Amino acid sequence: MTADVQNNDTAPSAIGKFFKSIGLLRESPIAIFGLSLILFWVILAILAPVLPLFDPNAPLEPFKFPMSEARDGGLYWLGTDHKGRDILSRVIFGAQQVLIWATTATVVAYIVGMLMGVVAGYLGGWWDEAISFISNVLLSFPVIVLYIIIITYLGATGFNIVLAVTFASAPGIMRIVRGLVLDLRTRDYIFAAQTRGESSLYIMLVELLPNARGPLIVDACLRLGYTTITIAMLGYLGLGLPPPDPDWGKMIAETQPLGSFAGHMAVVPAAAISSLVLGFNLLADGLREISLKD
Amino acid sequence: MLILAARRFISMALIMVVISFTLFAIFETDKLAVAGKVLGPYSSTEQRELWLENNGYNEPFFERYVSWVGNALVGDFGDSIQFKVPVSEILWPRLANTAILAGLYMAFMIPLSLTLGVIAGMKEGSFQDRAVSVGSVLTTSVPEFASATFFTAIFVFWLGWLPGTSAMTSGFSWAEIFLPVFVLVMYGFGYTTRMTRASMAEVMTSHYIRTAVLKGIPYRRVIMKHALRNALIAPFTVIILQLNWLLSGVIVVEVFFAYKGFGKLILDSALFGDIYLIEACTLVAVFVAVFSQFISDIGYTLLNPRIRFT
Repeated sequence: MTADVQNNDTAPSAIGKFFKSIGLLRESPIAIFGLSLILFWVILAILAPVLPLFDPNAPLEPFKFPMSEARDGGLYWLGTDHKGRDILSRVIFGAQQVLIWATTATVVAYIVGMLMGVVAGYLGGWWDEAISFISNVLLSFPVIVLYIIIITYLGATGFNIVLAVTFASAPGIMRIVRGLVLDLRTRDYIFAAQTRGESSLYIMLVELLPNARGPLIVDACLRLGYTTITIAMLGYLGLGLPPPDPDWGKMIAETQPLGSFAGHMAVVPAAAISSLVLGFNLLADGLREISLKD
Repeated sequence: MLILAARRFISMALIMVVISFTLFAIFETDKLAVAGKVLGPYSSTEQRELWLENNGYNEPFFERYVSWVGNALVGDFGDSIQFKVPVSEILWPRLANTAILAGLYMAFMIPLSLTLGVIAGMKEGSFQDRAVSVGSVLTTSVPEFASATFFTAIFVFWLGWLPGTSAMTSGFSWAEIFLPVFVLVMYGFGYTTRMTRASMAEVMTSHYIRTAVLKGIPYRRVIMKHALRNALIAPFTVIILQLNWLLSGVIVVEVFFAYKGFGKLILDSALFGDIYLIEACTLVAVFVAVFSQFISDIGYTLLNPRIRFT
């Protein structure tokens, strides 16, 4: 937990802090392993346009098994699917989609949730009552019902998925932040800021939120993993991003009936999503362990 | 205690009112769209308006809401657009199928995760603790549609031991329900295990356990008599609250294995735009979620002597 009083004159620079926290990771092999899994997919996703891959949406030769030669040179490392699209290329471009949307959705949910939490916790009173009630209502929805209603009602677009994830996650984030803020608001540096005559907005954004970051980082990692699952699940259920761009969940849904003779088509994207989520969960676990050590 | 129960009950009722009102506003504010859904896309505007008039849709919005809630309370949700029969005729059998699935899931998940959690939490940092923690992170990282893919590939296509669908066309079959339950347990047990572990580890560091050990009570008895009871309070709430997100897993599993349950019904009705069916399903799902929170709050108070009288 970060209970230290922040003093901007002696605090190390942001870059220095970043390297220090990377150094801290060395204490936990679990965290390193998790981070490597995530970086593996992030690097592949970034390099996707320059890697020598087939077009992920081009119908080439259907039903090729892994490691089979392509008609006009090249190799289908992971085979092709029922429409003749290269699976390796679809998995890598799918990583791009899933990482972009999972990160966007989690960041937006965090911004909304943190603002709600810090307002409810610091201003209290009527604000707290209203925000807590809205959160309770949203939290009592089974999340999947929330997704189904929002997405079937508004349509399956990236923006609506971000909106649905925000509705589903922000109340939980709000609860955590509210709890942390209730604990922090009685600290001396808050009183100091109040005495200096700082505005509530300044205190909330500059004094409270940065000092609540410890547990939030761990929670954010877990939520990234969970949002990744959500986005792939929506794709699987037919509520995901619109075609033709590859989507791991949709890849499973499309090729699942062909499992009896072409199991690799569904197993590859299933393994991809599991490894990425495992990365987030292990990183969160390692970070939690490190934070408990201090 | 009674006051607490009454207060929780009122807040539960309030949440149900807010949610049902929101649902009604979302689905039935646009009357012409409702008529269009019921009469089909090729119906004319006059037909739709006639239908609205005949079915009491020209009453004020608030009166419509009240009569809708009144009908829902006695189990009358209207007719399904897709199946052309009363919603309740489809809803309850499907719900019963899902109850079987969820019941079997609970029957396997609870003993498994409590045992593993207690074993891991008994000695923090020991080998068994490490093994259980790593195992539960691994399994909670593999979402249901991925693990279902893996297990189908292994047990259905490679080994050929189990059927790949669970449509239950010729009556209930244990072979067909095995994979859906297995997939749900694999994904779900990790969370409860970790909660049990944390709770057990916390109890083991408490003073009364140290006292009991120092008094010379055999270690087995300290665990069974002193630690377990207090360590299992927190997991109890977690297990009941799981009902809320179990539904996502249930939907995925029912779709994957073509099991005719409530989850698949929600998804199908939403994709079809079967307004009355989706309203009914959502109300039932939210009711189960809210009611389980109520039970978990009350149960926690009953189990935990520290907060019983406050």
